[in-house]
Amino acid sequence: MKTLTTTALGTLMALGLATAAMADIKIGATVSATGPASFLGDPEAKTLEMLVEELNAAGGINGEKVELVLYDDGGDPNKARTFATRLVEDDEVVAIIGGSTTGTTMSIISVAEDAEVPFISLAGAVEIIEPVKPFTFKTPHTDRMACEKIFEDMQKRGFTKVGMISGTDGFGASMQAQCKSVVGNYGIEIVADETYDPKDADMTAQLTNIKGADGIQAVLNPGFGQGPSIVTRNYKQLAIDLPLYQSHGVASDGFIELAGADAAEGVRLPGTALLIADILPEDDAQKPVVTAYKAAFEAKTGTPVGTFGGYAHDAFLILKDAITRAGSAEPAAIRDAIEATSGLVGTTGVYTMSPENHLGLDLSAFRMLEIKGGKWTIVE
Amino acid sequence: MSELMQFLLSGATVGAVYALVALGFTIIYNASDVVNFAQGEFVMLGGMTTVFAHAAGLPLPLAALVAVVATSALGVALNKLAIEPARGAPVVSLIIITIGASIFIRGAAQLVFDKQIHRFPAFTGDDPLHILGATILPQSLWVIGGALVVFVALWLFFTRTLTGRAVLATSNNRLAAQLVGINTNWVMTLSFALSAGIGALAGVLVTPITMTSYDVGIALALKGFAAAMLGGMGNPKGALVGGILLGLLESLTAGYLSSTYKDAAAFIVILGVLFFMPQGLFGRKSTDRV
Repeated sequence: MKTLTTTALGTLMALGLATAAMADIKIGATVSATGPASFLGDPEAKTLEMLVEELNAAGGINGEKVELVLYDDGGDPNKARTFATRLVEDDEVVAIIGGSTTGTTMSIISVAEDAEVPFISLAGAVEIIEPVKPFTFKTPHTDRMACEKIFEDMQKRGFTKVGMISGTDGFGASMQAQCKSVVGNYGIEIVADETYDPKDADMTAQLTNIKGADGIQAVLNPGFGQGPSIVTRNYKQLAIDLPLYQSHGVASDGFIELAGADAAEGVRLPGTALLIADILPEDDAQKPVVTAYKAAFEAKTGTPVGTFGGYAHDAFLILKDAITRAGSAEPAAIRDAIEATSGLVGTTGVYTMSPENHLGLDLSAFRMLEIKGGKWTIVE
Repeated sequence: MSELMQFLLSGATVGAVYALVALGFTIIYNASDVVNFAQGEFVMLGGMTTVFAHAAGLPLPLAALVAVVATSALGVALNKLAIEPARGAPVVSLIIITIGASIFIRGAAQLVFDKQIHRFPAFTGDDPLHILGATILPQSLWVIGGALVVFVALWLFFTRTLTGRAVLATSNNRLAAQLVGINTNWVMTLSFALSAGIGALAGVLVTPITMTSYDVGIALALKGFAAAMLGGMGNPKGALVGGILLGLLESLTAGYLSSTYKDAAAFIVILGVLFFMPQGLFGRKSTDRV
């Protein structure tokens, strides 16, 4: 009897303690909601706020409410470091989501790793997870994967000589470098390599040179913002009849609108399932996730859903899943649970993490899309 | 041959954009020696206001008119609220005020409009015109034409009208201008209204080519400023020639050397010119009495 009472008391106490520890799960986030990277951070911030609200309305994680501490670092790595430190030391959060750009992510990594708090980044560079750092994870696929997906498609179509025209902004320059490092694996040679400033008004000079390159069969344009739209327009203006590939950086309906359906006809790019939620086959594993997120986000904000908000959605999903499975909100337990993420369906792809892989996506996360008649279609 | 032609047409397109922006700098500079760093924001406002007025249902010409008038009004407000109260401050302080104004306008545009990239249709279609085996978009001709019209208008204004001469007199010596009966406050207000209007007009003309968003102003103002410096600050002819020259330099470098060094080559030439001709190609020589 005595033993039973002790056990019962012990259990009760343990439960009580556990409850105390679980009360108020504090999740930190620092994204670039304003400033030059606001097109990334703005939808990310709105997505996180929306998801936390939804989650709490549905009862929270393991019966505990979640509190989101959200900061806007304006795309400034120094501010990102300050906010990450504040999240860890003052707010005492159990995990951090954020780092809209590679620059801000790199500042947050050092803080998170020192404090041993799990951090899920929303930025693209492969350096974030290579080499693997124990507490750092990320949700967007890397530039290198986009290059591989594009070259895979070019190889299928039998192209061996291609041209590149890249933006000189961080995104364009990084993808240009990654593409050049993997292009050899596909038996493809880059016969023209041009660049443009992201704010340039006209790229016909560069495209004229590409058009004149010997034996060229296709053109790839890694870039971001308005540059790729202007390239696509100039491409049509010069009547270049080679297939044009754009990057995942412009995978949005806005691109078709800016480039014009006429000029964008036949353009291919690697995009995520989120972009083509409407035309995904019914049996696609990602269909329910992307449809639900798209509907909720568009109803809440009145703006079209985008790939970047999807990164934040997936980061939050991974964290929620990890805390649920860990049954604890201790940073170390959450870290172990994130690393054990398996077959988790997000908007960007299906995540299966391991101690060697802190991204957990493969090339199937990308869909090769082609613009036909002003609409996205899936290339198979 | 057709390649060279394409590089020239590309340079003319880009150059006309720079020239239009550069022309906007001249009036305020002539009235007060102030380089208005909010000029790029006027260009942005011209484009963005047209986009949103057009989206709200106004026909394009009317939307453009609304944009030009609204931006001119903002130019007047900028003068009344920020420049005039600081009257008597050194020119450098006034320039810093315009930098502050540009940051403020950019921030406000983020909230009033949005953070997306926009475009409205070209005035006369997107079918390229073929010239000697090269192509140019009809909108580029609009930009080049716009730059020429603004140039001629400014030239007539400064040489043939009393008001234009009053503007020049105000810049030369404000006190003396007041003594001969020129209302210098009114001249300043007028010059801000005109500069803002020209900036907005530039925004309306170039947006179908360059696209627009709340933050295009900085890059445009920087290139326009470089063009104005190259040609000679304050001289409409300098702004026009400087802009076209800068555009041609960029496209010829991109075409024949390397697109990587395009901007560097252009700025090296500007540095070279300013080293030997500090007033720019057409700038007036100023002599100070000691």
